[in-house]
Formats: sequence, structure tokens, C-alpha cells
Amino acid sequence: MTTIHAAAGAAPEIPAARSAALDSRPIYRWLINALFIVVSACIFVPFLLVVVSSFSSEESILRHGYQFIPERWSLGAYRLVFQSPKILLRAYGVTIVVTVVGTALGLLLTAMTGWVLSRSDYRFNRQATFYVFFTMLFGGGLVPFYILMTQYLHLKDSLLAVIIPGLLSPFHIMVMKGFMSKIPFEMIESAKVDGASEMRIFFTMVLPLSTPALTTLGLTIAFNYWNEWFNAMLFIDTPNLATLQLLLVRMLSTIEYLTANTEFVKQLGIDVGQLPKYSVRMAMAILAAGPMLCIFPFFQRYFVSGLTLGSLKG
Amino acid sequence: MKKKPSFLRGKNGELSVLFLPGFLFFLVMSYIPMVGIIVAFKDYNLRKGIFGSEWVGFENLKFFFVSDTAWRVTRNTILYSFSYILMTLLVSLTLAILLNELTRRWVKIHQTVMFLPYFLSWVLVSYISNAFLDHQNGFLNAMLKSVGGQPVEWYFGAQYWPIILNLVHLWKAVGFNVLLYYAGIMGIDQSYYEAARIDGASKLQMALKITVPLLAPLVTILLILSIGGMFRGDFGLHYFIPNNTGLIYSTTDIIDTYVFRALRTIGDISMSAAVGFFQSVVGLVLVLFANMVVRKLNEENSLW
Repeated sequence: MTTIHAAAGAAPEIPAARSAALDSRPIYRWLINALFIVVSACIFVPFLLVVVSSFSSEESILRHGYQFIPERWSLGAYRLVFQSPKILLRAYGVTIVVTVVGTALGLLLTAMTGWVLSRSDYRFNRQATFYVFFTMLFGGGLVPFYILMTQYLHLKDSLLAVIIPGLLSPFHIMVMKGFMSKIPFEMIESAKVDGASEMRIFFTMVLPLSTPALTTLGLTIAFNYWNEWFNAMLFIDTPNLATLQLLLVRMLSTIEYLTANTEFVKQLGIDVGQLPKYSVRMAMAILAAGPMLCIFPFFQRYFVSGLTLGSLKG
Repeated sequence: MKKKPSFLRGKNGELSVLFLPGFLFFLVMSYIPMVGIIVAFKDYNLRKGIFGSEWVGFENLKFFFVSDTAWRVTRNTILYSFSYILMTLLVSLTLAILLNELTRRWVKIHQTVMFLPYFLSWVLVSYISNAFLDHQNGFLNAMLKSVGGQPVEWYFGAQYWPIILNLVHLWKAVGFNVLLYYAGIMGIDQSYYEAARIDGASKLQMALKITVPLLAPLVTILLILSIGGMFRGDFGLHYFIPNNTGLIYSTTDIIDTYVFRALRTIGDISMSAAVGFFQSVVGLVLVLFANMVVRKLNEENSLW
């Protein structure tokens, strides 16, 4: 949905060296760089506030609010979370299962579907392309989807409700198709002359040849599953099946959550009134998001190259 | 050897088998819900099911349109989409052009930092925004108090939210879009700049006379396509950042959040479906219209 626009950005790879853009007068460059340092700081500072708050003592927060330099530093919030890490670890486990299963399955299905759509010699190519593509333009909306999932497929409180809707996206299929249609057709032809079946061609030739597209889309799909909260919010009520994002949603109003969730409170062994809720809340956000936030930036270029891999028309 | 059924043999048969999972997926996840949209014209009753419930025609839509909500959520959805598109475009494009003046090492540093918010979900962003806006402990109110001002109840004041939402949206979207436009600038043939330099063009002239015009096709396409998606709001942004606070719905509620609430909180399933139907239809019209405009401008870039 949000990604339709991206396909149009048929931007090429970034060249390694760029001497032409450099101005001979460095003062301009320093001014521009100063501007960017301000911009980057504005973008980074909010992260800092959360990190610092999670390391602040509860009294500092209560007295002065969330600060960039707290009155007193403290590991109390983390200590508290790690005292009974069950809930957090469980959410990690659920999220990892959803992400791994969803990505593996979703990637295979995306490749299969994309490959068929890229085959202009397939008899039903036009119909199949329209069939997939039309879902980008029109949908039944939330309510029929919700009724279908809960009343007819009975997926309420099942992780399948989180996994299945994210398996395929017409946009991913179009990207895959765009990449695969660049595979030289002669290779396929000659394999067929040698007696290979379509299945064999797909699994032993097409898939290995599509590694760049598989990497990029795999990362995108994994990222989407990791950050998924919408379907979890709609369909998962059991605390045991909460993903990290859902845990964060539920924790948004910590007090309400804790008072409603006596099990958690009992685990922590404290009474709700004295809970260091403000710093704990930030610590939970850090523990839930931190690890991935450190990993994802290393794959940043893949997220952009996904846009340029294929175009919608093929 | 056992003979396979005939439809599985041959190229078309085998390809059809490869397509089958995708076919089933979209059948169940997209096409069946499209049929389910008839709920919008029924008085949905859980026990009677979709097909057993009574037909009520356009009653649900009528009920929605005579309420104040209809105007409010439609207006908000369109206005926010519009300002998000415009703000992101202007800021990202300017930054991308300026970024092009820096050395690669700095480009990399700034890009990485600006891209960070892209990796956060709206849920997490709301933790961050809450650290700033919280009435008691928020950083902004602490600042206001320390300079002798009165603390502001952000989550109760509708007038603040157009600015807050635009800022938060920009904060999250700018890195990605800068990268998108920067990649576009990278694709421009360097000989244009060489020629301009020999003719003694200034940096500003080069940006305005070479970079902007050559990026225009990319920008136009992105713009028109986002107009096609204008009727689909950003649910996460509008649900989590304002904390789903009722007092400020007048400036934060969009169609998507309203449909969600009507379904989950209010429990008026038929009306929720009717609003969703309204959104889908207008959305389709907008996409078709946007694509028509793109085709007129440049057939190559149209979606179909």
C-alpha cells in the first residue's frame, strides 16, 4: 500500500567516486555540512532521550521529567526487567518464529509467483498479472478481512493470523518479476532442450540466479514481519502469543497494562503503586527495538535497492 | 512410471502449478474480502453471518454521511496526505541536492543517521514522542517549566496536532526520501555539470537549471502516484502518536483510524464496513485518475 510510489524511482546504483560535484570553494561545503549536522542531530536526539531515560533513576524522572542529562543515573529499570525476563524473552521467541517462518515461506511464494508472471510465454500471463495487480488497486477493506479471519478461518489467537497476511504483496511480486524478466530466456530454453521440467528449472536455475532479488526482498519481508503490529493487534489476545511489537502496544499505557495483567505483576513481585514505570517503559522499548536497530542499518542499501531492482512494467 | 494428470503436464500446466499458491493467497486474502464488502449494505449480525444478515441498502453509508464524523475524517485524511506529500517532497529534495555537495564519507554518515527512524515501527515512535509530550514527565513541558512557562497539555489540545503529526511524519520519512532523490541525482549524466562549469555556472544555477529539471520526471511520477494513495491514511501514525485520545479526534482522526475504532471499540461492524467501502471506491478512482494523468505525461512511467 505504502509502496506503490516507490516503483517509479528507477534510480541507478550510486557510483563509487564523485569528483565532479566537489566545489572548489570549501567554505560552501562546510556550511552545507554544518546544516546537515544540525539535521542529523535533530533526527538523532529523540533516540538519545529514550536511551538516557531508560538509564535514569525513577526519582529523577518523577522530579524533572525525561531529561538528556538525568539527575541520577540508574540501572534499576533494566535490573527490574531482567529479574523476570520471561515476558520479554517469550515475545522475542514469538517474533523470531513469526519472522523466520514468514520470511522463508513468503520469499518462496514471492519467487514462484514472480517467476510465473515474468514468463511472457505463459499462456495465462496476462490474466495472472491482472489478477495479482488488481489487488493493489482495490480491496474489501478492514471489516470483511476481519470477519473472514475470525469467523470463517478461525485464526483468532493464532500466529497464522500474523504470518499469513504478510506472505505475499503485489508490490514484492512486481519487484521480483522485474528482476526475473532479465534472466536470459536462452538459458531456460536450452535447459528445456536438455529435458528439464519447469519445476526443475525454477528450483535449480531461476532461484540461484535471483539471489540479489531474494536478498533484498528477503530483508524487506523480514523487516516487515519484525515490525508487524497491525494484525497482531487485531487477532492476538493471548499474552503468550504476543510479539515484541504487540507487547509494546500493550505496554503503551503501562499502568493500565500492569493492573490488568496480574500475572506479570506477580512475576515482578512488587505492588503496582511503587513500580518504576517510567524508566521501565523506556528500558522495555530499548530492549525490544535496540538489537534490531543496531543490525538493520548495515543492510540499509538493500532497502533502497529494492526500489530499483525491478520496475512495475515488464 | 505413474502418469501425471494431464493438466499438470506441459509448460503451461507446470507454470500454473507454480502460480497456484499465489492464486489461492490472493483469492482468500483479497478477492473473498471484496465479496465480503456486501456487509456494508447489510445489518450485520454475528449469528446470522454475512449472507444471512438483512439487507439495508445504503442505510449504513447514509448514517455515516449525515454524521459530523464523515466530514471530519475525510477532510483530515485528505489534508494530512496532502501536507505529508508536500513537506516530504520539499524537504527531501532540498536536502538531496545539498547532500550532493558533500564528500562521500559525510554523505554516508548523514544518510545513515537520517535513515534510522525508518527502521522504527509507529509503536516505538510513539514511545519517543511520548517522552517529549507527556504532560507530567515530557521533555517539552519540563523545558517550558524551567523557563518559567506553563506546561501544555498536548494530548488534550487539538490545535497542536497538525504540527506535531507533520513533524513526526517528516522525521520518520525524510531519510528514506532523501536517499531516493539522492539516488536519482546520482543518475544524472555528469557531462551536464562539466559543460555548465566550463560556461561558468554557479552551484545554485546548476541545481536549479540542471538537477531540478532532470529530476522532474521522477518527482512528477512520485507525486501523482502518492495522490493516487491520498485516501489511504497512515493508521499507525494517527493511532499511536496521538495515543488514540478522544479529545483530539477533531484534528487527528482519519478514515483508517475511524474504521478501526468503529470495528473494535464501537462495534458497529456494518457502518465500519461501509466507511471502508467508501474509502476503497474513492481510492480506486484516485489511482485510476492518477495513472491517467501519468499516461498523458509520459506513457513509460504509467503503472499500466
